[in-house]
Amino acid sequence: MADLWGGLVQAFWLIVTFDADLFEITLRSLYVTLTALVIACLIALPLASLLAVKRFRWRRTVIGVLNALMGLPPVVVGLIVYVLLSRSGPFGVFGLLFTPTAMIIAQVIIIVPLVASIAHQSLRELWTDYHDLLISLNVTQAQKMRTLLWDARRALLTAALAGFGRGIGEVGAIMIVGGNIDHATRVLTTAIALETGRGDFALALGLGFVLIALAVAVNLMIHGLSRTEVEGRW
Amino acid sequence: MSALFPLRVSGAKSSRRGNVLVGPVDLELSGAGTTVVIGPNGSGKTSLLAMLHGTNRLNAGRIDWAVPQDQARAQQAFVFQRPILLRRSVIQNIAYPLLMRGMTRKTALNRATEWSERVGLGAMLDRPAQSLSGGEQQKLALARAMICDPQLLFLDEPCAALDGRATREIEAILQSVAASGTDLIMTTHDLGQAQRLAQDVVFMLHGKVHECTSAKEFFTAPKTNAARAFLRGDIVE
Ligand SMILES: Nc1ncnc2c1ncn2[C@@H]1O[C@H](COP(=O)(O)OP(=O)(O)OP(=O)(O)O)[C@@H](O)[C@H]1O
Ligand SMILES: [Mg+2]
Repeated sequence: MADLWGGLVQAFWLIVTFDADLFEITLRSLYVTLTALVIACLIALPLASLLAVKRFRWRRTVIGVLNALMGLPPVVVGLIVYVLLSRSGPFGVFGLLFTPTAMIIAQVIIIVPLVASIAHQSLRELWTDYHDLLISLNVTQAQKMRTLLWDARRALLTAALAGFGRGIGEVGAIMIVGGNIDHATRVLTTAIALETGRGDFALALGLGFVLIALAVAVNLMIHGLSRTEVEGRW
Repeated sequence: MSALFPLRVSGAKSSRRGNVLVGPVDLELSGAGTTVVIGPNGSGKTSLLAMLHGTNRLNAGRIDWAVPQDQARAQQAFVFQRPILLRRSVIQNIAYPLLMRGMTRKTALNRATEWSERVGLGAMLDRPAQSLSGGEQQKLALARAMICDPQLLFLDEPCAALDGRATREIEAILQSVAASGTDLIMTTHDLGQAQRLAQDVVFMLHGKVHECTSAKEFFTAPKTNAARAFLRGDIVE
């Protein structure tokens, strides 16, 4: 109990004094996860809508694989990305290991299946609603996809937020490919792991509360933005 | 009469997973004005319309319009038994087909506004389509179908579940649409409506066309026993 209280106090002081290190790693956390999220959405949303409107041979398999990959263990993703990016690996020449870019790559791999699966779920429902009309209007495949993506944008936002949640709280993969290097690749989650290991529970808890506050703030902000945009039942 | 007619259907059959939905159908429509398809529930009216429109698969037989199939399709529109509403505002729903055909936003929205006024939705342009009443939803579907100026409009029970007044309003719109040269092929359960609107009648039973004549002949001297029973209001087996 004393530790929790200490953590709260620590978090409070870290924030009100604009602690420079805290500021830096928080921004890096946001930078890594938001960049990964944007890239993941650019891949996952078109993929999800394609899976909703197009009937092809391997469709069910792809959907099944995506669903299974939602539970992909981040540590394993980190390990694989590590091997690929390490100096002797196929992408070693780019020298990306232990950089924020490597962390972004790992998080994209972790987030894509999650966002794609959740998005596909709601797009498929919408497609059963719209199917007859869009077939009758004879619209192109791309127009179908765009219509679905636009009209399901609220559900897609939820999918993106789930992806953000998975990314911002993730530690296994970015620890391996980033290395938790001070002033280079340290983010909130890896810092928490480090401080816990060192036995500085108050600092670790303080960072933890900052992380929670950050996740909640981003969620509220995005929901606030989307609500002011359109008022309605969807 | 539009350039799509005469329509010749021979041996056309549509099935899904082994179940025959409708057919085999032999039919010849000259397409003068309004053709009403009637028949008991499950007799294949919806399936027939969807097959003619080309949205239900044609498993056997032929459907020949006076123009090639894809041209014919581009000149048709379909109003569904249950209105399909996009999760958008009323005006965005009505403008949607124009936008998909590449018309500029401004022109599309202008024409959508005109049509919404024509069907009496002018006061609710920015409401979410889902918030409309059943009758208003039907009007929206009608405006959206008509906005591309189709030569042929399919209507699947456009007045089901509407009261007398809403039905009259929809019928008035349909009559003005028909008067402006659009041919209609519609289904209905309302024999009064069939009598008011139809030039030709197609009577469906068990997935087949049982009788196809002019409305006058059908309502005064039906040829088959089943049609007579249907007109009397008996249950047709
Ligand atoms: N998607 C489908 N899969 C299987 N059977 C279907 C499907 N759609 C329709 N049917 C069947 O085909 C037959 C004809 O259906 P259809 O909807 O054309 O009838 P209908 O004359 O329009 O009936 P209603 O007056 O109730 O609208 C029915 O027996 C129906 O159960
Ligand atoms: Mg029907």
